[in-house]
Amino acid sequence: MIQNFNISSKLKEILESVMDPEIPVLNVVDLGVIRNVQVNGKEITIKLTPTYSGCPAMDVIGDDLERAFEKEGYSAHIQLIMSPPWTTDWITDRGRKALEDYGIAAPLDETADKDVLLNEKKLVKCTNCGSTNTKLVSQFGSTACKAMFQCEDCHEPFDYFKCLK
Amino acid sequence: MKQINNPTSTSISGSTSSPIRELNPQFLESKENKQHLIDYLLGVADNYLILGQRLGELCGHGPNLEPDIAITNISLDLLGQVRSYYQYIAQIKGDKTTEDDIAFLRTEREYKNVLLVEQPNTDFAYIIVRQYFFDVYNRLFLNALQQSGDETLRALAFKGIKEASYHERFSGDWLKRLGDGTEESKVKTQEAVNNLWIFTEELFHKTEADQSMIEVGVAIDMTQFKELYYEKIKEQLTIAAIEIPEVEYFQKGGKQGIHSEHMGFLLSEMQYMQRTYPDSRW
Ligand SMILES: [Zn+2]
Repeated sequence: MIQNFNISSKLKEILESVMDPEIPVLNVVDLGVIRNVQVNGKEITIKLTPTYSGCPAMDVIGDDLERAFEKEGYSAHIQLIMSPPWTTDWITDRGRKALEDYGIAAPLDETADKDVLLNEKKLVKCTNCGSTNTKLVSQFGSTACKAMFQCEDCHEPFDYFKCLK
Repeated sequence: MKQINNPTSTSISGSTSSPIRELNPQFLESKENKQHLIDYLLGVADNYLILGQRLGELCGHGPNLEPDIAITNISLDLLGQVRSYYQYIAQIKGDKTTEDDIAFLRTEREYKNVLLVEQPNTDFAYIIVRQYFFDVYNRLFLNALQQSGDETLRALAFKGIKEASYHERFSGDWLKRLGDGTEESKVKTQEAVNNLWIFTEELFHKTEADQSMIEVGVAIDMTQFKELYYEKIKEQLTIAAIEIPEVEYFQKGGKQGIHSEHMGFLLSEMQYMQRTYPDSRW
């Protein structure tokens, strides 16, 4: 359910200028947290869905959106919606690429995710050398959305963006 | 603070076939119903707050880096969930109450969490066993709550269960590792299980508010999965080579606000800032 908003390219540009504060290469559209945008003249109503319940980035994203629109002469109103819940499937292809380039392995599908996190199968690609000879170091990482991995070929430690469905 | 929007019922995905009894919109016009709903929500949410606070105490004090990060991540999930419930309560109350007032400005007797979650961080075995006993309940509870007649609760259940399952995976794995680990970890885990077992049954104890909300279809009857709960934890304890305790009676009281001696200490630390500097904000 990747959203296509029926908005002007100018507004889209403003939306895409707002980054996830914890992954500053991933904008909020590519993260898939913007669920709806309604435009009424200069009034913009944005429906935002949290990634994880306690994700401290959500408040920051809301504030950043308000500021970004205000700078361009608009007034943005943020509404948090809980349903349907966010899933990593909503990260766009461009978003996945941005993650990989930044050194965070993008989420696998659900079955493969279980296999790497529970059965410790080697499926996650090292973001440094591309090898799948990688091992799970910790199920929880620096933020709620990530787990820690290490490459057994080049020894690079890296984050894996966990699949959430 | 952003307002949570009531989701539209059409946007709920993944509900199973059993019929959902939609809540009558006039329901909240009765003062008694309103109070029962608030009490019911507190009974659910206070467990998350108090367990989240207990786990938060461990920030920087985990046995090593990985469980330290995991435990604080779980704490963050729980605190995130509790905010949604408290915001919902504030919305139902419709006065000036904020989520912070509900979290920080109540007295001990007004908290409705079960005794299990307020038990102290005695050692790592206690932390894991307490967590596992709660996580299994929480997953089964959120699974059932997806059939609530209240659309906000359904949305919170859908959102929360993904996280709850991940928590259970963490605590369940550690339970196995500790029980089937060294001589010392086994002894400590057995002791934690023996001492925390008596707090498990309270999870299934129905208060007046629970009963009333079950009748109108907002709450789900948790006794429907009680057997499943004990089956699951007994199975896991057996895998962990831990003996199942046999006890004559179980402890309860938290749901009525009658807490253990540990609760006051927990609250005094948690409420310190708001009590010392009223209305302080980030
Ligand atoms: Zn590598």
